[in-house]
This record gives sequence, structure tokens and C-alpha cells, in this order.
Amino acid sequence: MADVNAKGVLTAPIFKNNPIALQILGICSALAVTTSMSVSLVMSLAVIFVTSFSNLFVSLIRNHIPSSIRIIVQMTIIASLVIVVDQILKAYAYEMSKQLSVFVGLIITNCIVMGRAEGFAMSNTPGMSFLDGIGNGLGYGFVLMVVGFFRELLGAGSVFGFTVLPTIQNGGWYVPNGLLLLPPSAFFIIGLLIWVLRSVNPEQVEENEFKMKHNTKPKEAV
Amino acid sequence: MAQGNNSIKKVLIVAFSLCIVCSVIVSTAAVALRPAQQLNQELDRKTNILNVARLYEPGMDVEEAFSNQITARVVELETGDYTDQFDPETFDGFEAARDPATGRTLSGDRDIAGLSRVEKFATVYLVGDPENPDQIVLPIRGQGLWGRMMGFLSVEGDGNTIVSITYYDHAETPGLGAEVNNPRWQAQWEGKKIYSEEGDLSPEIHLTKGGASNEYEVDALSGATLTSNGVTNMLQFWLSEEGFAPYLAKFRSGTEPSDAEDTETDFDDVEGA
Repeated sequence: MADVNAKGVLTAPIFKNNPIALQILGICSALAVTTSMSVSLVMSLAVIFVTSFSNLFVSLIRNHIPSSIRIIVQMTIIASLVIVVDQILKAYAYEMSKQLSVFVGLIITNCIVMGRAEGFAMSNTPGMSFLDGIGNGLGYGFVLMVVGFFRELLGAGSVFGFTVLPTIQNGGWYVPNGLLLLPPSAFFIIGLLIWVLRSVNPEQVEENEFKMKHNTKPKEAV
Repeated sequence: MAQGNNSIKKVLIVAFSLCIVCSVIVSTAAVALRPAQQLNQELDRKTNILNVARLYEPGMDVEEAFSNQITARVVELETGDYTDQFDPETFDGFEAARDPATGRTLSGDRDIAGLSRVEKFATVYLVGDPENPDQIVLPIRGQGLWGRMMGFLSVEGDGNTIVSITYYDHAETPGLGAEVNNPRWQAQWEGKKIYSEEGDLSPEIHLTKGGASNEYEVDALSGATLTSNGVTNMLQFWLSEEGFAPYLAKFRSGTEPSDAEDTETDFDDVEGA
């Protein structure tokens, strides 16, 4: 899947091989943290940091990791990085960390981080793995920002906290769509996004696993 | 991967050294950043108190404004008098509720705010002159729709007129229940009365659907019935005899809460709990 040159490794995950849209990893947090763009941005930065450095460290010691405990080793590295990120956010971006609450901690369970550590960093050089981590983080961030944009704009009438559509609650005219502030709405937006990406890059469409038969005509019950 | 990696010795060496390295990194980060984090939490609490007292302006020096204008005191809820058994700086009502010495269990229909345990003492924040405060900021908490809501209610010096309400920790639905922190909704609280009759200890204030018609009603949050019920319930609880009613009654009748003598139960073992 990954042709190992620096540019490809860095940019492919953004559109061509997007972790959320194509690999369908990390959907859970994409539903939870995308109610506003500023939160999505901080979450994206946190994930970029964690994926890139976990890839780097896993790759650095990949020749010494016994295969029997490799998942635990990766988990330990990822978990340590996530705790560090959480502590830094609490110290320097307290408001953000309050809004992100448990979801920073849940980066540990984000399948993208684990997936890239196991799938890429275990068999590639540290430099490439680091870039791959950044690339996948960016791909995740891209989807988060798109979803966050629509959810915040249509759900709260603002972008990055700046009012674009003045809402009824604040004396404006726009009736916000409450559904968009609830997690399920992100499914719709991610679904539409996958549709767009696959229309642009038709090679992303998977082969059907089985052929559907034509509808059979209902017979009269006699 | 090299075959030698899977020997028991190698597995143990890798696992052990990885744990050491990771734990050093994690604990260094935790210890080095703790002062900054505590500062943030403290600042956040003070900002919220200033906010509910309508003294907060963006960009102001929170620490200075807080220490100039606000005095924290611990109140014994049952009698409504001040107590010096606890340091108001460190006293934590939520912790105290869990301690058998400083908290009590609520049961059945008395537990309208869904607290299950409540403290016997609470920290109040007096704005202005502590002897004759302009405002009294009371901590409140209770169940909303999704979880516990923690906030402050600010009452004028007469012990009956509300200034504002704010929630600093809640998990209500964004755009619906989370509108409890919408400044436009909060502004409706100004001038509302808690008790309808003199000497009455059961609060009249509540949220109502379809617009407030008198000074004991506040318009509920649209689309957030359960959050609104939660807010009503916690106000009904904390302003009743179970909560701050005896304390507020002193302000309503004009007798100041007295400084309790230290002759009561010895709480030395729970000091600063």
C-alpha cells in the first residue's frame, strides 16, 4: 500500500489513503470531539503528536521488540505519550482540556495510532515512520476539521467560535439544527465525505464481496 | 525479526527497561506540570466565582480582583452559622460529603437533586464587606440529564434576590442543555426572588415552560426539559432547609450569621478534608 518515499508517505494519508475515510479507523473520536472547530483542531494536533512520536519510538526499537509482547510494547509507548499530552493540555490549555475531557485519554484507544505503529512503524525506518505518523495524523485532522466545520456551522451557527449565522437563542434568525451537535450527525457527514472522496478517486471503491441478484417480482399468494 | 528476540531473557529485558523509561517520562511530566495545572484550576474556580457575581471582565487580573473583593467562609448548613473548623481555602464540599464525619446520607424523596450524600458544611464566598456582603455566592450541584452539574448561585445581600447562576462543570447536551451557560439565559435570573413569604424556608424559585410570569419563575431551556428539571431540583434542594435556607434566613431577617464557638464536635481528624 505504502510506497516508501518521504513525500508519498506524508501526503498519501490525507486524501488517497485517509485513515478515517478509507481505512475506517478512529471513527469513534471523530464522532465525539467534532462539535466545534477549535476542539477538533486541538484534538487533531494531539493525535498528530501522538501518532508521529509513537511511530518514531516504535520504529527506533523495532528490531528489539520481541514479537510475543509487541502489542503491549506499542501500547505502553502510546499510553505514555498520551498521558504527557494530557498533562501538557491541562497545564497550558486548561479550557481546551476541559472541553476535550476524556477524549484526550481515549487517544490511547484510537485505532489509527495502534494501526500505524503495528502496520508501518514495525517494518520501516524511524524517519519514514515519523513522517507516516504526521501524514496519518493530518489525514485524521483533515476529516475532523471538515466534520467540525459543518457541525459547528449548522449546529451552532459559528466557525471557530465566531458567529457566522446568528442563532435564535442569541436574538438572530438562524434556527440551529440540534441534531448536528449530537454524535450521530458525524456519521452522516463522514458518510457524505467518503462518498465525495470515492467519487473523486474511483479506485478507492472496493470490489463487491458478493453479487446482488435483481429484485425478484413478488408472486401472488395463492 | 531476529530469532533471539523471543527468548525469555530478552522479553523480560525489553519489557522492564521500557517500563522504566516510560514511567520516568510520565512522572517527570506529571510532576513538572503540576504547579501550572493547579494554578489553572484555582484560576478557573475564581473566574467562575467572579463571573457569577457579575464582576468578571475579560482580561482582568483574576487573582487580584478575587483577593480584593471576595472572602471565603465555611458555613455549617444546619445552623446557618460560620465555623472556623475548616480552612475555607482548602475545604472541599464534595469531598466532605463522602466523609462520615462531615457528610450525611440523603434518602428517598428528600434527595430531589440526586446527590445521595450531602456535606454538613459548605464554603460560601462573600462579595464586598464580609460583615455586610453585597452578594453571597453559594456552591450548588445536582444531577442534570447526563451527569452531575456543579455550579454557583449568586444572591444579593438581602438573602433573597438572585444575581446570577453559572455552571463550571456539567455534561449537558451542547446547544440544548449546555445553554445553561448562555449569558442571555443567565441574564434572566437577575432580580428573581427565591422565597415568596417572609420566614418561609422552602424556596419558590423554579424554571417554567413558556415564559416566566412572575419573579419566582425563570424561563426553562427550550429542548432541554430534563436539564431544566435538574436545575429546578438542585435549586429547590440547596435553597431548602437541607441546604442554605437557615444561612440565608439570617440575612433575610437581618441578623448576621454568628461565628460559631469551637465547642462542638472535635473534627481534628478531618481537618482540611
